[in-house]
Amino acid sequence: MAIHTLAVLVENSPGVLARVASLFSRRGYNIDSLAVGPTENPKVSRMTIVLNLEGHALDQVNAQLFKLVNVIGISEMKPAESLQRELLLVKVANTPKSVELSKKFGAKFIEANGVLEVEAVGERAEIEKFLTELKAVGIKELVQSGVVAMEKGATTLADRTLTTMGTANQSNQDNSTADYQN
Amino acid sequence: MSEKITGAQSLVKALEQTGVDVMFGIPGGAILPAYDPIFDSKIRHILVRHEQGAGHAATGYAQVTGKVGVCIATSGPGATNLVTPLADAQMDSVPIVAITGQVPGPAIGTDAFQEADIRGVTMPITKHNYLITNPDEIPNAIAEAFYIARTGRPGPVLVDIAKDALQMKTEFKYPSNLNLAGYNPVVNPDLKMVQQAAQLICESKKPVLYIGGGIIKANASAELMQLAELINAPVVTTLMARGAFPDSHRLHLGMPGMHGTVAAVTALQKADLLITLGARFDDRVTGKLSSFATKAKVIHADIDPAEIGKNRHADVPLIGDLKNILKALIPTVKSELAKNKPDLTSWWQEVDSWRNRFPLGFDEPADGSLSPQYVIKRIGEISGPDAIFAAGVGQHQMWASQFINYEKPRTWLNSGGLGTMGYAVPAAMGAKVGAPNQTVWAIDGDGCFQMTNQELVTCALNNIPIKVAVINNESLGMVRQWQTLFYNQRYSNTDLHSKRVPDFKLLAEAMGCVGMRCESKADVDKTIEAAMAINDRPVVVDFNVHRDAMVWPMVAAGTSNDEITVARSMAPVWDSQEL
Ligand SMILES: Cc1ncc(C[n+]2csc(CCOP(=O)(O)OP(=O)(O)O)c2C)c(N)n1
Repeated sequence: MAIHTLAVLVENSPGVLARVASLFSRRGYNIDSLAVGPTENPKVSRMTIVLNLEGHALDQVNAQLFKLVNVIGISEMKPAESLQRELLLVKVANTPKSVELSKKFGAKFIEANGVLEVEAVGERAEIEKFLTELKAVGIKELVQSGVVAMEKGATTLADRTLTTMGTANQSNQDNSTADYQN
Repeated sequence: MSEKITGAQSLVKALEQTGVDVMFGIPGGAILPAYDPIFDSKIRHILVRHEQGAGHAATGYAQVTGKVGVCIATSGPGATNLVTPLADAQMDSVPIVAITGQVPGPAIGTDAFQEADIRGVTMPITKHNYLITNPDEIPNAIAEAFYIARTGRPGPVLVDIAKDALQMKTEFKYPSNLNLAGYNPVVNPDLKMVQQAAQLICESKKPVLYIGGGIIKANASAELMQLAELINAPVVTTLMARGAFPDSHRLHLGMPGMHGTVAAVTALQKADLLITLGARFDDRVTGKLSSFATKAKVIHADIDPAEIGKNRHADVPLIGDLKNILKALIPTVKSELAKNKPDLTSWWQEVDSWRNRFPLGFDEPADGSLSPQYVIKRIGEISGPDAIFAAGVGQHQMWASQFINYEKPRTWLNSGGLGTMGYAVPAAMGAKVGAPNQTVWAIDGDGCFQMTNQELVTCALNNIPIKVAVINNESLGMVRQWQTLFYNQRYSNTDLHSKRVPDFKLLAEAMGCVGMRCESKADVDKTIEAAMAINDRPVVVDFNVHRDAMVWPMVAAGTSNDEITVARSMAPVWDSQEL
């Protein structure tokens, strides 16, 4: 079992999330987390998918995903070369221990109605460590955003994958009217 | 400013402009606005009797012509009746476009009358699909649908259009260019890989050309012939590739796989190189994957990058259109061969020994009843190499693949991937519409025939004179064969009683066809010739055949190809040095 984080640019069209989810479910790929949101380009959304792959080669997942017509680009986010963050919201008992833990992990917290509302942002491993320690205090409710990831450095995923956007297909084949004549 | 027309008119105009000449369908409430301009269109609309028939007809038409087949249905049940043919076309990479009506935009999501989320339903069984609620988007969606269906790895595309979008006014604007940011099929291979492939080919002492349906889709049979003769390697053609390479050719070993020839199966097993062209290492070909062709390196050429390494590691992947790949590979191999020409004499000696010792064959039934294999063989011989054959699914399908000689591409149609009973009659109908001057036979089982024979009414009324051979063994023969072999002859629910009910001859006549029956070997040729002489109506021949004939050779599901049996409990006897 190996964890991989994929950043996937998709056309912002209805049904695209269902297509991706349906592909993963029918091919038996395990999703650990999936986060979707808008990007700098209003026509494009970005998904960050954390996968736990058993047997299936990452190449195969990429190739199957890329077959979806609405998927524009895919890139693996290697831990060392990317920023990976997850947001955690959690309600725990308001005790000195939970306050101390929140401070130790650099989390924001508010005391309200007998509970501590904690908000933490961090890498997956840190968040998990924080959670394990909080469990001892007693978690009442928790919600996680799933990982979002971005490559470090000046190049963007769009630079690498959207160069053909707007002039689709012309690099590889001519799709002038003749090509879709029956 | 151009004149405003309805979304429905825009749809039909777009279909006309795309070059559609025929479509198969049934109207209903949600699609009804489209049927009004269809009434005036030059596009031929063939009114089928069941939407499944429309879908398979579109597939048959596409497989024979290489063009995109078109089917059309209403919302809800009309659309869900297309699910089987869409899944079928997806598995066999057939380019079809399905157009369905949807309930009006404001009603979508309210469980309205005849509402089914057909876009959601067909997501996993189409190459792509659309739900259109804005009439302005219709022409672009149609152009994209055809482009996606036919390019890259072909496949089915569904366009679901809300009824109100068909009724609203719009301006017709056919796109001059498509903007598909995420769709760029690779067509030209990486030349470094071509060089590596050529090297492997010229180093190989035991090569096999493992040919799949992709060769037919790429219209690359001529290039395949050049390569095969150049390297003098044995050729095997999968169930989807029958006809891609002439059966009469000396290099051809026939079909590999579960019911393949001993020579084809064994050559793959013993090869040191598989030159895989447009095939996908399907389980019906490989048997138990871990024991498949264990000594072979693999060159895998396919237009779909996701096929590379899916089931079997590829030592040299070649991604692109097979015609382009072969055009690049042939000269490269030629110049490599000039340096180093491998001697395949001993490989051919081995291969020929399997071919000579284990030819395909069958025993005549001891009780004097008609042999199904004989009937199918004679239909092939009498109809000749230009005839087109569409099979159902079961024993008759395997026999039609084994005992008819295919000399040309696009003469053999069947449901290989999904294994859809009921495929034959409507696919033959579509094939005949696409190739009206060729003889088209449906080779069907008595079980399969009862799933879709209603399309014979469509054929009779629309001057589509197909011929149907019902290979009537009064049972679900293939299932019965498995019960014989693996379930102690306990024939649970496989007896169809179809020599009593229905009377296929009368049924055919009731549907406006000529009905015939043949029960003895002496009558086979006469009956086939009589059927061949009828060209103004469909013909159905009920061939009453032996019920216990079996398909051999066989590799039992999930076992190794090394365990092929040529006939019941009879494995080939190998010389010890061969093992
Ligand atoms: C729609 C569908 N249902 C069930 C099956 C399973 N199945 C495979 S072959 C077969 C028997 C086919 O019987 P028949 O058409 O009489 O052909 P035969 O094998 O006797 O030649 C069945 C039931 C299938 N392939 N497709």
